[in-house]
Amino acid sequence: MRAAAEKGHTSAASLPGIPRASKLITSAVAAKSEATTSSPSTKPGHEVLLFEALQEGLEEEMEKDPRVCVMGEDVGHYGGSYKVTKGLAEKFGDLRVLDTPIAENSFTGMAIGAAMTGLRPIVEGMNMGFLLLAYNQISNNCGMLHYTSGGQFTIPIVIRGPGGVGRQLGAEHSQRLESYFQSVPGLQMVACSTPYNAKGLMKAAIRSENPVILYEHVLLYNLKERIPDEDYTCCLEKAELVRPGKDVTILTYSRMRHHVLQAAKTLINNGYDPEIIDIISLKPFDLYTIGNSIKKTHRVLIVEECMRTGGIGASLRSSIIDNFWDYLDAPIMCLSSQDVPTPYAGPLEDATVVQPPQIVKAVEQLCQ
Amino acid sequence: MLFEDMVLGRSFEDMCAQMYYRGKMFGFVHLYNGQEAVSTGFIKYLKEGDYVCSTYRDHVHALSKGVSARAVMSELFGKATGVCRGQGGSMHMFSKEHGLLGGFAFIGEGIPVALGAAFKTKYEKEVLKNDKADAVTVAFFGDGTCNNGQFFECLNMAALWKLPIIFVVENNLWAIGMSHYRSTSDPEIWKKGPAFGMPGVHVDGMDVLKVREVALESIARARRGEGPTLVECETYRFRGHSLADPDELRKPAEKAHYAARDPIVALKNYLLEHKLADEAELKSIQKKIDDLVEDAVDFADASPLPPRSQLLENVFADPKGFGIGPDGKYRCEDPSFTAGTAQV
Repeated sequence: MRAAAEKGHTSAASLPGIPRASKLITSAVAAKSEATTSSPSTKPGHEVLLFEALQEGLEEEMEKDPRVCVMGEDVGHYGGSYKVTKGLAEKFGDLRVLDTPIAENSFTGMAIGAAMTGLRPIVEGMNMGFLLLAYNQISNNCGMLHYTSGGQFTIPIVIRGPGGVGRQLGAEHSQRLESYFQSVPGLQMVACSTPYNAKGLMKAAIRSENPVILYEHVLLYNLKERIPDEDYTCCLEKAELVRPGKDVTILTYSRMRHHVLQAAKTLINNGYDPEIIDIISLKPFDLYTIGNSIKKTHRVLIVEECMRTGGIGASLRSSIIDNFWDYLDAPIMCLSSQDVPTPYAGPLEDATVVQPPQIVKAVEQLCQ
Repeated sequence: MLFEDMVLGRSFEDMCAQMYYRGKMFGFVHLYNGQEAVSTGFIKYLKEGDYVCSTYRDHVHALSKGVSARAVMSELFGKATGVCRGQGGSMHMFSKEHGLLGGFAFIGEGIPVALGAAFKTKYEKEVLKNDKADAVTVAFFGDGTCNNGQFFECLNMAALWKLPIIFVVENNLWAIGMSHYRSTSDPEIWKKGPAFGMPGVHVDGMDVLKVREVALESIARARRGEGPTLVECETYRFRGHSLADPDELRKPAEKAHYAARDPIVALKNYLLEHKLADEAELKSIQKKIDDLVEDAVDFADASPLPPRSQLLENVFADPKGFGIGPDGKYRCEDPSFTAGTAQV
């Protein structure tokens, strides 16, 4: 059980700004084999912070295709509230990196109209929570128009922005919208968690003909990683095998990946061998990667930042039961955030999201 | 041409009512009777490549823009030959070929989409450096929508960026059963244009020639790059809000007042008076339209219903969006997947 501990082990940065160990498993692409896929980063590469990786992806696609444009609040002259669009307005002009007035529903609708007539816009929600104001457009038009028009109009739009619980940002700025949008038919949803997959998913989302929501996390923007110099994308529908193992399958995404990795350090030292999968694609789920893992370990733990009620974990659980019931040796455990508006006070806020000790305990319980 | 288009609109809508009561179409159907001058007056003066964005009262906008009566009628019957393959229905008419951007059920949600099309024209001109890019977008919506946030947000952005869009308010005084005067603090909608920095015009929407004047002016303005215009057309719907509306609230006197201003009758009298056409010609146009509409019904009747396999076909432009199944293959690779029998 202790076996390949050191080799497959990654030290996580659960606090922003702390660089990760150089030995990395970033098997984002074509994870069909069960063996650890080697790091696709060719050795030179360059180090970036996650927000820079997003910016690189965005800039490269904008250079490649003049129809790609960005719309959002403060994306232009201000460079983006989280610096993802820094420098782009100077380079591409005010129309390609459009500073919008504060009218989420209307400018999201405008982006949809522009996408229908030939452009490829990226809408930035300054905070994902603000996109609640654009729910009408996202659900009715973004998700539905391709269908209700009988396939005539495509909407190659990317909607992105930071969400998740930050550092005492208060309830309204700490929302997780993945659970709210997951039911909308016609949308794809992906969540990035490392600079490598951030850039790859950004590029893939821009190139996709489908409307894609790219979920970023407020606390992950300063993660540092060495990424390849060459052009690459990550598959929008595939999960990422972060660490192979055989005792338990831990399914997670976004910031919780890093909490899981932190918990993994303890677990491995205590003799457990967890298989960690970052699901990446929140909708649709990559049931192949997930299924293969369950067939190996027979135990599932889902660790997510969504609220418990109606969250991604809830959907994932039912998907697994539908497809892999016979392979389970124990009930699926799901660790989610508390069903509470995120409180301001530090200790209370920490208690709303899943922390590494809880993950350790859950695995120990699951593997009894 | 104007006469023919208005007669087409009227005859088509009358046929819709018949078909609805015969059980050939269902759901919410909103007819345009009485408002033909607005649709004809604007849309007939657009050129190919221009865009129109409508609401749920969209059959006549579709017809004026060039969508065939057959395609619209089939769509209403829910047949596979409909303009949206039967997937949209009465309230969701779209045509990429004719630049019809919809067909929206919620009021106001089409206006930002129209704004996006106008934005694309500006983008094409300034970023993609295509000097010939001059497509104009016309957004149609009602008086009720003018109290909605999206209306104001879009007026602001259109004027801010000088987008080539015309906001046409079809003020028929009623939002289902809500009188315009009971819901609006300042009922003169055209005044809201200058508040945002664009001209606001009020026009008699029952007179197609007056509408045409305003249309030509505002379309030319937009094409020249001078920006948006807000046009309030005073008009009236002769029927209820939808075929399910008993229309009991509106006073008979009001209805009679506007019935006397029927735009088709008005144009007919004008043509005859100015000797631009004679009775025989107008009768033959009416006959031609009647035949066209009959043909549309026959076509729709004969068309097949969509097969079960069409259910999931257009959910994603790229069907890889359905994801990877437990067997490792993309779900869309299974040919029967679109019938909706597989589990997601």
